Amino acid sequence: MNFEFSDEEKALRREVEVFLKEELPPDWDEKVIYWPGGWGTLPQYEIEFQGFWKPFYRKLGEKGWLSMGWPEEHGGMHSMTKYAHFEDVMSYHRVPSGEIATLIVGPTLVHVASDEMKREWLPRIARGEVTFFLGYSEPDAGSDLASIQTTAIEDGEDLILNGQKIWSTGAHTADYSWLIARTDADAPAKHKGISLMIVDCKSQGITIQPIINICGIHSFNQVFFDNVRVPKKNIVGEKNRGFYHMMAALQYERIILGIGGFRRILEEVIEHVKERKCKGQFLSKDPLIQNKIASMAIDYNVLYDLYWRCVWMIDKGRKPDLDASIAKLIGTDLSRKFARAAMEILGLYGLLDRGSKWAPLTGRICIGYLDSISGPIGAGTPDIMRSIIATRELGLPRV
Amino acid sequence: MDLEFNSEQRLMKESFRDFLVKECPKDLVRELDESDAGYSPDLWRKMAELGWMGFVFPEEYGGLDFSFFELILLLEEMGYNICPGPFFSTVVLGGLPILNLGDGNQKSTFLPMIASGDMKLTMALTEQDATYDVSSVRVKAGYEEGGYVINGTKLFVPDAHVADYFLCIARTKETENPEEGITIFLVDSNTPGIQCTLLKTLARSKQCELFFDHVHVPEIHILGEVNQAGSALEDILEQAATARCAEMVGGAQAVFDMSLQHSKKRVQFDRPIGSFQAVQHHMADMWIDVYTSRNMLYKTAWEVSKGIPAGLDVALTKAYISDVCERVSILGHDIFGALSFTMEHDMHLYYRRAKEGAIAFGDGDFQRKIVARELGL
Repeated sequence: MNFEFSDEEKALRREVEVFLKEELPPDWDEKVIYWPGGWGTLPQYEIEFQGFWKPFYRKLGEKGWLSMGWPEEHGGMHSMTKYAHFEDVMSYHRVPSGEIATLIVGPTLVHVASDEMKREWLPRIARGEVTFFLGYSEPDAGSDLASIQTTAIEDGEDLILNGQKIWSTGAHTADYSWLIARTDADAPAKHKGISLMIVDCKSQGITIQPIINICGIHSFNQVFFDNVRVPKKNIVGEKNRGFYHMMAALQYERIILGIGGFRRILEEVIEHVKERKCKGQFLSKDPLIQNKIASMAIDYNVLYDLYWRCVWMIDKGRKPDLDASIAKLIGTDLSRKFARAAMEILGLYGLLDRGSKWAPLTGRICIGYLDSISGPIGAGTPDIMRSIIATRELGLPRV
Repeated sequence: MDLEFNSEQRLMKESFRDFLVKECPKDLVRELDESDAGYSPDLWRKMAELGWMGFVFPEEYGGLDFSFFELILLLEEMGYNICPGPFFSTVVLGGLPILNLGDGNQKSTFLPMIASGDMKLTMALTEQDATYDVSSVRVKAGYEEGGYVINGTKLFVPDAHVADYFLCIARTKETENPEEGITIFLVDSNTPGIQCTLLKTLARSKQCELFFDHVHVPEIHILGEVNQAGSALEDILEQAATARCAEMVGGAQAVFDMSLQHSKKRVQFDRPIGSFQAVQHHMADMWIDVYTSRNMLYKTAWEVSKGIPAGLDVALTKAYISDVCERVSILGHDIFGALSFTMEHDMHLYYRRAKEGAIAFGDGDFQRKIVARELGL
């Protein structure tokens, strides 16, 4: 065994550091929240950063960084390890290392799409030119995604899409939707009549309504489709096999949890307790505070070590499903644990919101405490993840 | 990065398991647990013949020249199967310090004897304070012509009742900083003035009170530098904590395996209990605990093995593994129900050891103090 990073990997980390120093706005650290593991405070969906984000994202694409984990024949470097270093450094600076386009759409296309479709989409995604939102959940189909009711009925060269999607993060800024709809109402099992497709957000008949999340940020949307025409060539992979295709590349998104973001919060909390005094003594000298911070460090390291194992397995061509499921479960749980521990340490100061006088760490902990609710829920709730681990990986009988 | 075993390590691990399953069945474990000696001379000899006692010693001392990392794999299997006896004390608490700190003469005297199975050792560190802080050492060793004289009481000394030599940690100089002025002595257990009393413990591991009354130790039996044992002891304790983690991870894996098998077979309400989500989620949580523990263990063991400074990682790992392995064994009990509350069932053997392992070489709270210190708090 060998747990060391190579010189090439270390050089990449430095290159990303230098790039960020040059490219991020000077007030980035004051304004950005980006709670690790959360969905509600991603900067690209905040109005504040919308002018900045798209050109910045293209620069990442130009560097070739967005697609480092993809196979070489599709413009990648076939190195999840490199991508993981990129993600680690980026998230430390509270910058998302990818989007739905690069983490879900790209890898899934690589696995299941026709050559034509790959040629059409992968280069644009890798260059950071296009953004997507996920059209998965519906009001009556959350954890039970196979129950979706949105339909896509064939009509000549098109499909006619009708229905609604919810919890669609970033639909208001995206160019396309990556969406599942029912294409066969008579399928023998309900998950067998579903297709995965790409829908142009500029199409006639799409209405997007904002949903403001508990952080007060417009990240979510409800999206309505009223006789929206989608060219049949936009079906990804095989028709009626969308439910399987959707799961083809889950491991990529599951391990992108903002690992560096956790480290950053830990460092900031440590810095804070070294500076803040209570009854004439620095908080850092309080054994209870020390114990809490040590627990944060322990849990962070558990995730960090698991993160690199997942990455290593992907590059080895092994199925990292179990590892990635565990990473998702404990990583998003850590999102909450960090928020709770930091709130306990900050006490009354932790209650001060972004923009308030006296708010420590620019109110990041206060908003993070709210955002931390989202991580475990999105993309498989903790109970769903445990059931997946138990039945698929441990071989326990299904109910 | 390369996160897999080489083929030799893979085979090694299998052979450890095969040997222990065959040679150390649970009825022997139970017998040894209830005996005073706590080990089987026959099994001890067979282990020595396989080279286990000298696993990490260089060939010139009769060893097999493997690294600390491979020793961890052996200890993990010993934890999985359970293997009572003074192996840990002899190799981790005795042999490794002599290998790392001993002079040429000490190494050539002690290591071949350990490797051949002819000498058992242990370390006498803890006292009434019941902590692994060097600053708590009060047993004194005063200089007299030709050597030192040790006085005082050591507590919780593992396997002292069968050890031929103790590594006795004693205070040789009163200094302002209580972490200084400490020396390690190699003490022959037959020296006049030593009284050993066996204590009775939760996990039936053999721990002793050692009373030193004017015990003479010749100068040549000082291990390492006089008054300077502090940092050497840190290294020893890091190795010991990591090694204990390996046993705990092995034990947790065994608990998981037993529980998984049981949950698939045991039928209640006309179906296997493993089909109930409540049980499935317990199993998933246990698996996560075991998996992440092992993942951390290997990284830390690799660092310790390579001599990379690992103070922080050892503390993180020991804290985590201490807490989660206990949790795993408790969940295992829930899966088995009342059956697991009997002496007849194997679960209690692991439950007891998980708790002992958690406390040995510093429990979660102790390790978190080290973590806090390492983080600059």
